[in-house]
Amino acid sequence: MRRTVSIIASVCVIAGASACGSGNKKDAQAINVFAAASLTEAFNASRSLLAAGHPPLAPAYNFAGSSALAQQITQGAPADVFASADEKNMQVLVDAKLVEIPTVFARNKLQIAVAPGNPKKIESLADLERNGVVLVVADKNVPAGRYALQAFSKAGLPPPRPRSLELDVKAALAKVVSGDADAAIVYVTDVKAAGARVQGVDIPDTQNVIATYPIAVVKATKHRAAAQAFVDDMVSGAGQTVLRSRGFLGPG
Amino acid sequence: MGRDRARTRVPGIALAGAVIAVLCFAIPLAGLVWRAPWSSAWDAVRDHEAVQALRLSLVTSILATAVAVLLGVPLAWVQARVEYRGRTVVRALTTLPMVLPPVVGGVALSLALGRRGLVGQYLDDAGVHLPFHVPGAVAAEAFVAMPFLVLTLEAAFRATDRSLEEAARTLGASPMSVFRRVTLPLARPSLIAGVVLCWARALGEFGATITFAGNFPGRTQTLPLFVYVTREGANPDAAIVLSLLLVVVSFAVLLSLRDRWLSVR
Repeated sequence: MRRTVSIIASVCVIAGASACGSGNKKDAQAINVFAAASLTEAFNASRSLLAAGHPPLAPAYNFAGSSALAQQITQGAPADVFASADEKNMQVLVDAKLVEIPTVFARNKLQIAVAPGNPKKIESLADLERNGVVLVVADKNVPAGRYALQAFSKAGLPPPRPRSLELDVKAALAKVVSGDADAAIVYVTDVKAAGARVQGVDIPDTQNVIATYPIAVVKATKHRAAAQAFVDDMVSGAGQTVLRSRGFLGPG
Repeated sequence: MGRDRARTRVPGIALAGAVIAVLCFAIPLAGLVWRAPWSSAWDAVRDHEAVQALRLSLVTSILATAVAVLLGVPLAWVQARVEYRGRTVVRALTTLPMVLPPVVGGVALSLALGRRGLVGQYLDDAGVHLPFHVPGAVAAEAFVAMPFLVLTLEAAFRATDRSLEEAARTLGASPMSVFRRVTLPLARPSLIAGVVLCWARALGEFGATITFAGNFPGRTQTLPLFVYVTREGANPDAAIVLSLLLVVVSFAVLLSLRDRWLSVR
């Protein structure tokens, strides 16, 4: 019995100490940023710039499909900023009066991700409809999934027959990385972020869909100034440089 | 620590703790019931994709349970009756999926049985495809659910009165017929409990399935995946109604077992 108590006590001490540890960076304002999965690398890469900014920011990121994030915020999740991969999911929160007026801060294009060396010789969207090509896309509730369907229709092709409708664009990419799928429709930035593990096949502009990324301060935030500083940084500050270096297009 | 006599006097602090604990379990369920679209429940569930997910879940969970029985009964028997070095290690290994995050199980299955996986590359050459196909969903469910059957049954095999088996042996019964006609009937309540628990766990499987088998309506989109996907999309009512259905089924399973699962020791 005494032993159990001492174990519990030491666990508490360790937990308490680590809580203090994170609290020590008292200069940087912690904020919760709910961001589309496709922003993962760019937002993570901007951490050091944000920590050195005015005011210094220490964002905690929650990356997922934009629709899942919108759902979480609707249900009262403690988000300070929401960055969506489409205007539709942002509009849901605007209509519910949960966010301030959003600003577009980045744009993105689709690309076909294939295995390195492109063993299935995929050159176009049409090739994805060949028998024997295992295609995965994001679910149609997720922006990347909806854009993928739009691309096929812009190309005058019948709807694709994917093997799986993944919950976000990173999950779709992961199936190509693991080799379980031959191709996935993802963003240019996802292919770039995956490095040598996948190869990108361009989709011509006439068939491609431009994704616009809006960002907004969540009205319920308790850190309004810091949240606004994060948004400003992404819209026109140092965040833009990082986004461009990761393959995003400017807000246009 | 005193032994309990006839009726235990309940100390206030124990009662308070217990009541709060019960509320912790009851309130989330109350939330589901509260939000359930009772008037349109039937229409929500009649949705084509919902029916498809329900049917697929029944098929895959029953197949997964069958796999678990086929492999789990022998495993439980060996673990209960054969003394060998490393038995504890084997027990830990075969119980691991019970405590492992299911997503980790899914990643592991993918690296082992996926198209480029350790074993999966040969399966693929042989024309056996698991990811994105029904057998993949079955594999994920069996992986996560089988330990429930094995643990329950192993405990029962241990508790069996061995003298009955020995009597049968001396009367000339073969080991197989002893197992079939003595051991298994004696363990029947636990076998049923294990099968039902295993099935319920398979029915509820989410993490390993979505990670390993993917999410496609009719093939790998089981009920829990459908609930997850539709809750943020086209048919959130169906998500709530089907969640409730899963709750009711699981609850019924546990009620039907009463204390059987815990009392076999």
